[in-house]
Amino acid sequence: MRALTWHGTKDVRVETVDDPEIVNPRDAIIKVSSTAICGSDLHLYDGVIPGMMAGDILGHEFMGEVVETGPRSTLQKGQRVVVPFTISCGGCFHCRIEQYSACENSNPVEKQDASATLYGHPMAGLFGYSHMTGGYSGGQAEYVRVPFSDVGPIVVPDHLEDEKVLFLSDIFPTGWMAAENAEIQPDDTVAVWGCGPVGLFAVQAALAMGAARVIAIDHYPHRLELAHKLGAETINFRETHVREALLEMTGGIGVDAAIDAVGMEAHGFAIDNMIDVVKQKVGIGADRASVFKQALLAVRPGGRLSVPGVYGGMTDKFPLGALMEKSITVRAGQTHVQRYTDRLLAMIEEGVIDTTFLISHTLPLEEGPRGYRCFRDEQNTWTKVVLKPGMEAGQ
Amino acid sequence: MTSHGRTHGALAAGIALAAGAIALALKQQNRRRHRDHPADDAPGFTARRDFGRYEVVGRSVTIARPRTELFAFWRDFSNLAQFMENLIEVSPAGTDGHSVWTIRGPAGKSVQVETRIAREVDGALIAWRSVEGSDIDTEGRVTFEDAPGQRGTRVGLIIAYVPPMGEAGRAAAKLFRREPEVQARHDLKRFKMLMETGEIATSARRKDAARAAQMENA
Repeated sequence: MRALTWHGTKDVRVETVDDPEIVNPRDAIIKVSSTAICGSDLHLYDGVIPGMMAGDILGHEFMGEVVETGPRSTLQKGQRVVVPFTISCGGCFHCRIEQYSACENSNPVEKQDASATLYGHPMAGLFGYSHMTGGYSGGQAEYVRVPFSDVGPIVVPDHLEDEKVLFLSDIFPTGWMAAENAEIQPDDTVAVWGCGPVGLFAVQAALAMGAARVIAIDHYPHRLELAHKLGAETINFRETHVREALLEMTGGIGVDAAIDAVGMEAHGFAIDNMIDVVKQKVGIGADRASVFKQALLAVRPGGRLSVPGVYGGMTDKFPLGALMEKSITVRAGQTHVQRYTDRLLAMIEEGVIDTTFLISHTLPLEEGPRGYRCFRDEQNTWTKVVLKPGMEAGQ
Repeated sequence: MTSHGRTHGALAAGIALAAGAIALALKQQNRRRHRDHPADDAPGFTARRDFGRYEVVGRSVTIARPRTELFAFWRDFSNLAQFMENLIEVSPAGTDGHSVWTIRGPAGKSVQVETRIAREVDGALIAWRSVEGSDIDTEGRVTFEDAPGQRGTRVGLIIAYVPPMGEAGRAAAKLFRREPEVQARHDLKRFKMLMETGEIATSARRKDAARAAQMENA
């Protein structure tokens, strides 16, 4: 089959590799119809996530048709499914309490040691990501082996086209959980850092949960415009002092909740961020955490900070005092996708949430490398790239 | 990998398999605790001290399955090779609870260790010890306790052994990640996977790759 593989920093290729097959009883094989490039794929592209190996197949936002099932899969051939990016067994303690992204059994034993050492506990398995999260082959390919296929995949009705449901795999539930983690109350003002796909879904989710105002922060005019269309007020951090603006826009109180939908590769001109950029470049591994830090200072005392943005390592110059003295609640984490899928699928069907507005480009899988390059370098206009294995070049 | 690493790996694995409690080492441990370690409620093997001649490793894991089911599965030693990666088979030897453990060794060879059951409490504990004159001096114990609420069962594994090649052997084994502590942790996690999900997770895309990965680990 053809698949998009990682070979190093800014080096992804489409190659012919072995087809997947059923390995474990609960597996299914999915023939991919649509797959998207995620902002977190850009962290892999930029080489800032440890534990990648040359030849790894990327992609954790994908959907398609069930073409093969193991003896204990509950799926049927021919069903259309969207596959959550988190792999969850359904049987462990964390899955049973719906903390699916903390699944204890999906990351192969021999892959658990690295994250257990780094984080104190092993991470769950994820598709198309680091070997710290299992090294599972991802969905930017013609076929994918999906483990625990009786737990993860969401069967979708035929009348909903791919573009409407694909984002149930990650960014829609991720934006939703980000807003849920912000514990939004009526009359709240919520600030969202980052108007990428997750940030834009978080804007929609925060408003759907009853926030009085959402203020979206970015520096790309087109992305700010998208946020504005969804009902957010905007701040362009290249033009405006963000903290001062947030304080003034809230009558001196500060925002009630903050959402960091940026993560470890934050842009920005704060001195601490510039130091972090240098450290990341020379490989001493500090996360660029300028958004996290700025959000802690901007949020009102007693407020909440929700972190869907990806971080992987350490940071320094961290305003720990602000966290404690202002009684801030911080909630973070990979998304417990399976917790939200039924509810969110219903919202898509009812037309409550628009999921298609994001897609700026649809390319054949073969043009995946160009998709990565442009999604990274032309962020203003390339807001979301969907790859189609079945699509002819030049279509 | 050097032959030292492999040899020790195999032996160590055998110990991990033959895992369990520790008569002598536990006695030493208790003596030491009374002598120079202020009592606390943590398991003895987490203490910051050594156990003399014996290496002691311990691990626990919580498995969301009933205690009796887990005990019964473990008590049938022929099941153990399903999740202990270096174990080829366990076969009964005689009628008095002796077993022979056949463990993957270097260069396609295998190592055998004979054990007897030292103590057994139905549904709660299995302890075993290598027989006199065995190549490896080891004792092990696996315990099954109800976990709080709906969490299932806490399974604890304690192993004591005399490192076959002393400090150098242990260091080499550690380098190659074949020390019993790693082995015990990995084996327990595979046990958990098998009991909770009915399978052992692999990210291999194909069966032959899954097999190759397994052999490489062994």
